Amino acid sequence: MSEKNIIMDIKNFYFTYAGVDEPSLKKINLPVKKNKITAMIGPSGCGKSTLLRAMNRIHDLYPGNTYEGEINLYGSESENQNILDLKKENDFIKLRQKVGMIFQKPTPFPMSIFDNVAYGLKLAGVKDNVEGRVEKALKDAAIWKETKDRLNKSALGLSGGQQQRLCIARAVALKPEVLLFDEPTSALDPISTGAIEELIAELKKDISVVIVTHNMQQASRLSDYTAFMYMGDLVEYDKTETIFLNPSEKLTEDYITGRFG
Amino acid sequence: MNRLLLNKIILILSTLSAVIGIGFLFWILITLSYKGITSLHFSTFTNDLVEGGIRNLLIGQFTMALMASAVAVPLGMMAGIYLREYSNNSKLASVIRNLSDVMMSAPSIVIGVFVFALLVAPFGGYNGWAGIVALTIMMIPIIISTTDNMLALVPIELREAGIALGGSKHKIIMQIVIKAAKVGITTGVLLSFARIIGETAPLLFTSANNQFFTMDLTEQFPSLTVSIYNLATYPDEASRELAWAASFVLTMIVLCINLLGRYMTRHKK
Ligand SMILES: Nc1ncnc2c1ncn2[C@@H]1O[C@H](COP(=O)(O)OP(=O)(O)OP(=O)(O)O)[C@@H](O)[C@H]1O
Ligand SMILES: [Mg+2]
Repeated sequence: MSEKNIIMDIKNFYFTYAGVDEPSLKKINLPVKKNKITAMIGPSGCGKSTLLRAMNRIHDLYPGNTYEGEINLYGSESENQNILDLKKENDFIKLRQKVGMIFQKPTPFPMSIFDNVAYGLKLAGVKDNVEGRVEKALKDAAIWKETKDRLNKSALGLSGGQQQRLCIARAVALKPEVLLFDEPTSALDPISTGAIEELIAELKKDISVVIVTHNMQQASRLSDYTAFMYMGDLVEYDKTETIFLNPSEKLTEDYITGRFG
Repeated sequence: MNRLLLNKIILILSTLSAVIGIGFLFWILITLSYKGITSLHFSTFTNDLVEGGIRNLLIGQFTMALMASAVAVPLGMMAGIYLREYSNNSKLASVIRNLSDVMMSAPSIVIGVFVFALLVAPFGGYNGWAGIVALTIMMIPIIISTTDNMLALVPIELREAGIALGGSKHKIIMQIVIKAAKVGITTGVLLSFARIIGETAPLLFTSANNQFFTMDLTEQFPSLTVSIYNLATYPDEASRELAWAASFVLTMIVLCINLLGRYMTRHKK
């Protein structure tokens, strides 16, 4: 694997929650490929969210967690930086502008649709062409048609699926390098889920994607690479086809075929 | 005993007690409205207490309650925000929470006595400031707990989403979380205002009362509630009528503020 195709490289990574003796993640090695979709699968409690939340250091919102190892970000502007070395709030903010996150439940802010998207830009200090960038982001997130006539209405009036696409638009507006999705469709109906999946597939032209999902079909349809985790370990990582058709670990196969989990 | 029969008996008993409770409430309200309205004249609002009106009392009561709010609302909100958003449930936070709960359940007369010892006795007399301080002390814990509770209702994910978008914790709390809790906090502020505007005990021996109009807070200060308390004990008919009128006006004020609070909660978003 040439490093050129890797945007984020997780090496010998351990994570321990505050006040817990055992690490929740043990010796994780996982490359995140540029402009690809990487899926993380595994039974509940295996540490998928924990790993995802390390990638933008949102864990640091709560004190006392410990990291070990490296998570290298090979951004386009910033050369190689180990994001575990970051300490100042300002550096975290810069990191999160490059590595965005979408949550399971849609999280629209209590403000207008326009302001929801403009808010991130405002935080980033973007002043020129805000309107143009909001419009572009809404188009990129495939929600422009539904919202263009009601940009000044509250975002809370949108449907769940629309809210989720708005949240994606909000993140896309910052032109991040990586987007992290934590079960982004598990609270949505099948049609909204389809729309979000299509959108994510579209996004990878510009953005590298990591997605946590419990839905095997979703992982196999959507992703290029898949990582299977189990009880804090990364059991297997490979091309999605390989994981689903020809896994090398017995555990992976058992999980994929629904024998447990 | 047959279970169905037991069910029926309990149903009848609870309906009966509900009817009795509501009956009493209506009795009070109807008597109050009847006596209040018949005792109310236009001059009740334009005259001061010396001339048999409540103008100075209303102004005095509102002055003290508003000034107490001006201190208690920002202070209580800041404490509530600290507790919910910044304290990480530290020792200090649990001390503040407990203290605030104790203060909230302290009988208001005790707060009155405390302020009497602090601001009345040493300064040689009842004064408006003492009344304001007593009301402020009553109000702060209520505001703390409303703010704390309303912020607790804002989902964690909303904070994390703001942080994930590149916001500082401080900005996200001030610009997003508080906005999300705005209706709840405003309602809480209104209800706590309604609560202190109707209080008598904390004013009884702090600001006491004044028959004349004054804005001088170093003097005894006119109060609607203390006046009601005094007037009701006077033997003459005119005083008692004025007490009814004043009670009616006070009830209407409290009722309106409460309804406004309810209305706001119902029409969120
Ligand atoms: N804040 C926390 N403090 C302590 N332990 C935690 C915390 N959050 C999660 N854990 C533990 O860490 C482990 C991994 O949790 P995580 O949420 O990452 O699992 P997950 O794979 O995302 O599961 P799910 O599929 O249910 O979302 C679990 O054992 C969980 O109990
Ligand atoms: Mg999870």
